[in-house]
Amino acid sequence: MTDAALSPSPVAASRPPVEALAEKVTIRNLDFYYGETQALKGISLPLYDRRVTAFIGPSGCGKSTLLRVLNRMYDLYPNQRAEGEVIFDGVNILSPKQDLNLLRSKMGMVFQKPTPFPMSIYDNIAFGIQLYERVGRSELDGRVEAALTKAALWSEVRDKLRASGLSLSGGQQQRLCIARTIAVQPEVVLLDEPASALDPISTSKIEELIDELKADYTIVIVTHNMQQAARVSDRTAFMYLGELVEFDETSRMFTAPADKRTQDYITGRFG
Amino acid sequence: MALYDRRRRRNVMIMGLSVVATAFGATWLVAILATLLWNGVGGLSLAVFTEMTPPPGNAGGLANAIVGSLILTFFGIVIGTPIGILAGTYMAEYGRYSRITPVIRFVNDILLSAPSIVVGLFVYEIMVVRMGHFSAWAGGVALAMLVIPVVVRTTEDMLLLVANPLREAAAALGAPRWKVIAAVAYRAARAGIVTGVLLAIARITGETAPLLFTVLNNQFFSLDPNAPMANLPVTIFQFALSPYSDWQQLAWTGALIITFAVLALNVVARYLSSRGQSR
Repeated sequence: MTDAALSPSPVAASRPPVEALAEKVTIRNLDFYYGETQALKGISLPLYDRRVTAFIGPSGCGKSTLLRVLNRMYDLYPNQRAEGEVIFDGVNILSPKQDLNLLRSKMGMVFQKPTPFPMSIYDNIAFGIQLYERVGRSELDGRVEAALTKAALWSEVRDKLRASGLSLSGGQQQRLCIARTIAVQPEVVLLDEPASALDPISTSKIEELIDELKADYTIVIVTHNMQQAARVSDRTAFMYLGELVEFDETSRMFTAPADKRTQDYITGRFG
Repeated sequence: MALYDRRRRRNVMIMGLSVVATAFGATWLVAILATLLWNGVGGLSLAVFTEMTPPPGNAGGLANAIVGSLILTFFGIVIGTPIGILAGTYMAEYGRYSRITPVIRFVNDILLSAPSIVVGLFVYEIMVVRMGHFSAWAGGVALAMLVIPVVVRTTEDMLLLVANPLREAAAALGAPRWKVIAAVAYRAARAGIVTGVLLAIARITGETAPLLFTVLNNQFFSLDPNAPMANLPVTIFQFALSPYSDWQQLAWTGALIITFAVLALNVVARYLSSRGQSR
């Protein structure tokens, strides 16, 4: 549908094989400012296609800010600006010419607190689908079911699709938000501490879900929970005071961190 | 221990004063309602709603005035609500960080507390004088000018209460700005915005001053928006000041109808807003 419009580069049309690590997103020398305050300092980082990358670090280190640069969510607010490059499918999305709505339909985002829209469960999913596609009733039904199934929520809500999204429990609401995000068929899914407001059972459901989703999507997850980063991610980026301290394979990072600060953080000495 | 006793005494004193003040305020409200009921209920009959305002000494009702008031209120709401909602939307959504928004808010607050007689005179100057006669249109415009600040204020306040993450979540799906506002923010703020409109209706149904200069009044039944139109507040004003006891009775009854209509609107508004919050 909107693929061509977003990525004029012909390279993006043919996806490289999954086995090879393809850079879905490349962040180069990224600086970010809230007014005069610099929140990100010279971040350079690849995000690999169909892999899970975790951003960890103490509060205020800039990991959520970095996530919000990727879909340019910061653009909703004044006095926030990013400098540098974020290459997504061959295009620098920080360019002023970038169509933000198209970008966001390709870079889905799930927030820390569940944010179901004040409408029915069905409409919560249909809303996003209908933004960019004209689909018939039966196809829409199918897409809603598929998204809910993928988010492991279908069996719990199949009999009450007309009920308000707000009537679900917190964990269900968050899975609804994930279903809503993947229903739009994005290429990248950004998760901003998606389980921090949930109980352990809901958390493990979300983590299983992430594991399944990475077959189709490039996933970035911001988390405060280091066990969670270790469990779900392939690559981990440790950030501290707006800088990227270390970026490596998760297994290596958690067993043999190169930087002293990384080691102190993951062993719980600060943060 | 002395300190504790002193605090207790002070607490009892302040609580006593608060109770007295509350009782004082409530007494007047009850007194007004009781007087209205006492004097108005006697005149209530089917004729009040079906017959026209009579000449002195004849039997009649308030039908033309009631219908006229409904039409004028309708005009005021139909003209004022869209302007108010759109302006409130600008202030809370598009212009939230704009430097002009606080200025608009300030001016709107002035308009909110502007004496309604000034609004009446203003519309008299810009419409009645130019058109050469009183008309229901002019009355509708005057009422709309009272509706706008109320609706602007509540719309802005209610939209500002909608949590930003909800807007971000809609934007994150790729929804354009207008869609985020129309499909998500309005929906989340709906109860509050509707409440604002109801409060605006309640505000204008009893307004007399702006109507005196714009629609005037009409002894007869008229649906012509280009002509003076009968309406409850001005009819009450005229009949209550008259020396005729049957007119005075109709004035009491009209006042009773208006007061309970406003009371009912307020109760509904309260109910809606409390339900909106609990969700």
